[in-house]
Amino acid sequence: MKKTRGEKVFNVLNLILLGILGISCVLPFVHILAKSLSNEVSVLAKDVLFVPKGFTVAAYRYVIDNPQFRRSFFLTILITVAGTGIGLLTTCFTAFVFTRRNLPGGRLIALLYVVTMFFGGGMIATYILYKQIGLIDNIWVLILPASVNPFNIVLMRNFFESISPAMEESARIDGASNTRILFQIILPLSKAALATIGLFFGVTFWNSFMGAVLYTTKREMMTIQLYLRNMLTAIDNMMDKNTEMLDTLATETVRAATIIAAMIPILCVYPFIQRYFVSGIMIGAIKE
Amino acid sequence: MASPSTRAASAATGSRQDGRKPLLRRIASHWDIYLMALPGLLLLLVFRYLPMYGILIAFKDYNVIKGILGSDWVAFDNFARLIGSDAFKRAFANTISLSVLRILFGMPVPILFALLLNEVGNALFKRAVQTVVYVPHFISWVVIAGIFIDLLSPSTGLINTLITALGGKAIFFVTDLHWIRTVIVGTEVWKEFGWGAIIYLAAIMGVDQELYQAAAIDGAGRFRQTIHVTLPAITGTFLVLLIMNLGSIMGANFEQIYTIYNPTVYAKIDVIDTYVFRTAFDTLDFGYTTAAGLFTQVIGCVLLIASNTGIRRLGGRGVY
Repeated sequence: MKKTRGEKVFNVLNLILLGILGISCVLPFVHILAKSLSNEVSVLAKDVLFVPKGFTVAAYRYVIDNPQFRRSFFLTILITVAGTGIGLLTTCFTAFVFTRRNLPGGRLIALLYVVTMFFGGGMIATYILYKQIGLIDNIWVLILPASVNPFNIVLMRNFFESISPAMEESARIDGASNTRILFQIILPLSKAALATIGLFFGVTFWNSFMGAVLYTTKREMMTIQLYLRNMLTAIDNMMDKNTEMLDTLATETVRAATIIAAMIPILCVYPFIQRYFVSGIMIGAIKE
Repeated sequence: MASPSTRAASAATGSRQDGRKPLLRRIASHWDIYLMALPGLLLLLVFRYLPMYGILIAFKDYNVIKGILGSDWVAFDNFARLIGSDAFKRAFANTISLSVLRILFGMPVPILFALLLNEVGNALFKRAVQTVVYVPHFISWVVIAGIFIDLLSPSTGLINTLITALGGKAIFFVTDLHWIRTVIVGTEVWKEFGWGAIIYLAAIMGVDQELYQAAAIDGAGRFRQTIHVTLPAITGTFLVLLIMNLGSIMGANFEQIYTIYNPTVYAKIDVIDTYVFRTAFDTLDFGYTTAAGLFTQVIGCVLLIASNTGIRRLGGRGVY
């Protein structure tokens, strides 16, 4: 097809604009990464833009040497793995239940989920009740509440429903039980959904912050996000009061290195899973 | 996607004679399905429904020692105090203002982005851009706030370094009452515009290509094709999202504001959730703060139900 001059100009401008938008989404991260890999003098002299100056990994060594960082990091890995596992299992079971249209009481079960999408106890009532049943500083409070998510259940159900019913029918004629149908027919066909929803769960658990703020008080229960937050605000407070103390405290580069460390697990998993929702396999389900 | 009717028919095949069996027998024959529903329901019961019982506190002068049932009943006293509180009114107004700003600026950007991306012919470029713009959505607000507070810092921040290099005066973005709402809305748009475009890209992908060919034959250029073919195709999606956003106007992004704000900018961005959180744990006045949360939730709930009804009127599926 022949293109007019106007179209050609538009194409070029469009590519430039989208390129800028795309770059704007990663540039802040690149800047912090460059800072984390530079020496302190260059950072304080504002010499570092997007390329490290005076390359060193000293900041990362300092971060890793901190026992509280290591504890928070591995605690959050544990929470993320356990939460994603429990969350996916619960989501698959419940989504499967919702594909049974003629189940007695099925509508009641659905209603119980729908109500929670509109109404809840609210922050304070939830805090008090969790406290009464002994969930404060209990690791399960960081895992279980977020592992049941109506939005993810709806996504999964929509995906299950897109699988040809004939598959299930033939298995049933062969005498397969419901459990077998779920685990041996439906789930193997749902890898894209499992990857996507697994990523959603993983991100939720790794990034979760308010749960840790509200329900934990002990250092042993400090998640990585809370650790990062405490470190960032501690420096802020110090800067207000006494600038000289900065030399002995976490520095600009350590601050940057901790920020990067708090994103690493997500950045490691993302490239493997993003193709599922970029290529649009999940889009049909998301669209619903 | 299989139509619901064929799906329902297939689900019925396993138990086609169900209709004739007595209810108890039907329930018993599905025992394994109920067992599958159990884990989710238990989690729901303990972590979602049990806290609702704590709402009683809103009507009590809550005393930790006396407990929820033992505390003195004060009916609507806590709510009367709410109405009289300037800080609560400020938080209430801020919540609505920020939500409106978020709708005003947050909704058009994903649409524009999706439309522009749709005009790109090079699949590799398209995919690269998509991959990159989704990234901020998956990063926590603690990290994003940390990065932006650093970028916007008046002494060491990249943005202010640029401003001063160009001869301007450094701006204290996160402590400046004139700038703080721009920071909140700007970071939110930056973080979510790419992810928000997915739903529009999906709608655009569903457009019948023959419509474009027909429009081209009628002499429509690419701009007019976009106006007359693409835009109508995403209008439905836009309306549903708009109504959903209007329905959740009482909700604010707690983590975002909590990680960015500081006492100097409470006047502009202290929202109900942050107000409740601070007041509850500073004063331990749990009755009053539960009432504040409940008051807002009831309004939010009415709005959500209204918006869902609206979506259903438009022929959409709604949230439930």
